[in-house]
Amino acid sequence: MTDTVSPTTPPIVRMQKLNKHFGSLHVLNDIDLEIVPGEVVVVIGASGSGKSTLIRCINGLEEFQSGTLSVDGNTLKPNGKSSKALQTIRTEVGMVFQQFNLFPHLSVIDNITLAPMKVRGWNREDAVNTAKRLLDRVGIADQADKYPSQLSGGQQQRVALARALAMEPRLMLFDEPTSALDPEMIGEVLDAMRELAKEGMTMVIVTHEMGFAREVADRVIFIHKGVIAEQGTPEQIFSAPQNEQTRSFLARVLKH
Amino acid sequence: MDFDFQFDWSAAIASIPYLLPGIPWTLLISFGGLAFGFFIGIFFGLLRISPIRWLRWVAVGYIEIFRGTPILVQVLFIFYGLPQLLGSPINALVAGIAAIAVNSGAYISEIVRGGVQSIERGQREASLSLGLSRVQAFRYVIWPQAFRRMIPPLGNQGIISIKDTSLFSVIGVGELVRQGQIYIATTFTALEVYFMVALMYLAITWTLSILLRQLERRGIAGQ
Ligand SMILES: Nc1ncnc2c1ncn2[C@@H]1O[C@H](COP(=O)(O)OP(=O)(O)OP(=O)(O)O)[C@@H](O)[C@H]1O
Ligand SMILES: [Mg+2]
Repeated sequence: MTDTVSPTTPPIVRMQKLNKHFGSLHVLNDIDLEIVPGEVVVVIGASGSGKSTLIRCINGLEEFQSGTLSVDGNTLKPNGKSSKALQTIRTEVGMVFQQFNLFPHLSVIDNITLAPMKVRGWNREDAVNTAKRLLDRVGIADQADKYPSQLSGGQQQRVALARALAMEPRLMLFDEPTSALDPEMIGEVLDAMRELAKEGMTMVIVTHEMGFAREVADRVIFIHKGVIAEQGTPEQIFSAPQNEQTRSFLARVLKH
Repeated sequence: MDFDFQFDWSAAIASIPYLLPGIPWTLLISFGGLAFGFFIGIFFGLLRISPIRWLRWVAVGYIEIFRGTPILVQVLFIFYGLPQLLGSPINALVAGIAAIAVNSGAYISEIVRGGVQSIERGQREASLSLGLSRVQAFRYVIWPQAFRRMIPPLGNQGIISIKDTSLFSVIGVGELVRQGQIYIATTFTALEVYFMVALMYLAITWTLSILLRQLERRGIAGQ
């Protein structure tokens, strides 16, 4: 995590004055954000505040209208006018979705090997070996030949994590990875993410799991109506929030 | 008056050898037409959901024209009309296959569009987030899933097109109905012969239904 990062390390994500509109809706407003390699950033905020949109801009699933964004040295232009950089970024940045989004027509192993084979050009044997190693790492080595529909939600999400990791990403994005899970399966997914954080993966995580955020985050970002209203260490945000909105948000979510 | 309509089984059975040669023509026109119609359908179905507006319009135009006019008019136009434009006659078999192709193609375009659009947005997003190109995402993730969902409506269209070929007796291709008409002209056993013709259509369409159901079941088992 951050203790291995020197202050001079160039950021892996650099966002400057980024603005995003959905029609007349101003969803992200002059966002400035830098993330350094190895950092674990947790993004919190109310529903509709723009958390998903923010991280989806990082891998180009959403276009933005003004500002600059570069990821690992590749610069994305506003309005999606940079397909070459976008392609590079997407091979370097992995993403885990709330709804898993596994490919239902492919077995677990084929879900994982598809992108390494088609995008990175690995041969099947290498891709399968890597996939098996990753499945082992997320604790489901015995499920390789099943189809997604035969797995529990927690297992599916761990496959989705393995699938993203198979591309050997430099940065991982998580959009509420445990929100669609039954409570008893949340732990197993958080465990896998915790492992990943320990290994030094750079991670940007949108989550409502405040306990987890407090434990793994190097930095917590609170978004309110498309603006970064407050950010700091988990200690600062959870124990001594300065912003009025942060306080009322935390009061609401921590009550439950 | 004294009706004595009697169904004469021996007349029905006697017609079989005269009707059977119609079956290969019926199959050739329907499946030949459907094969082309499938590719036409993929082409216009994908144009129909293209991000480029005028391409979508081209597809809408095609689909509206061929869904909005009777297939009988289409085949008459191709067989009698087009030769006046081209200056050379068109083989009746070719005209029949072409009519099935352009007509089923319009319906299949809508089946393709519906199938592709029914795949959740997350599938494409997950593919792109893994670095797959848009073409790769379509080819390896969207299309295989969409195609499975297209099998039942494609089967329906197949059955409709097989039955549509019965209209092509008007241009004189020797398909089932035409064979029946020729035979009835000498024997006057319309009741028995059309009954047998109907049975033969049923045999074809049922076989297709059963094959499709098996294909579907295997598709579901694979998920
Ligand atoms: N494709 C879209 N078209 C139009 N508006 C959108 C679209 N996606 C999101 N929005 C709007 O943008 C705003 C921010 O959405 P976003 O999904 O980023 O919020 P969020 O913070 O992730 O919320 P949640 O916690 O509910 O996931 C919301 O008002 C939402 O309705
Ligand atoms: Mg969200």
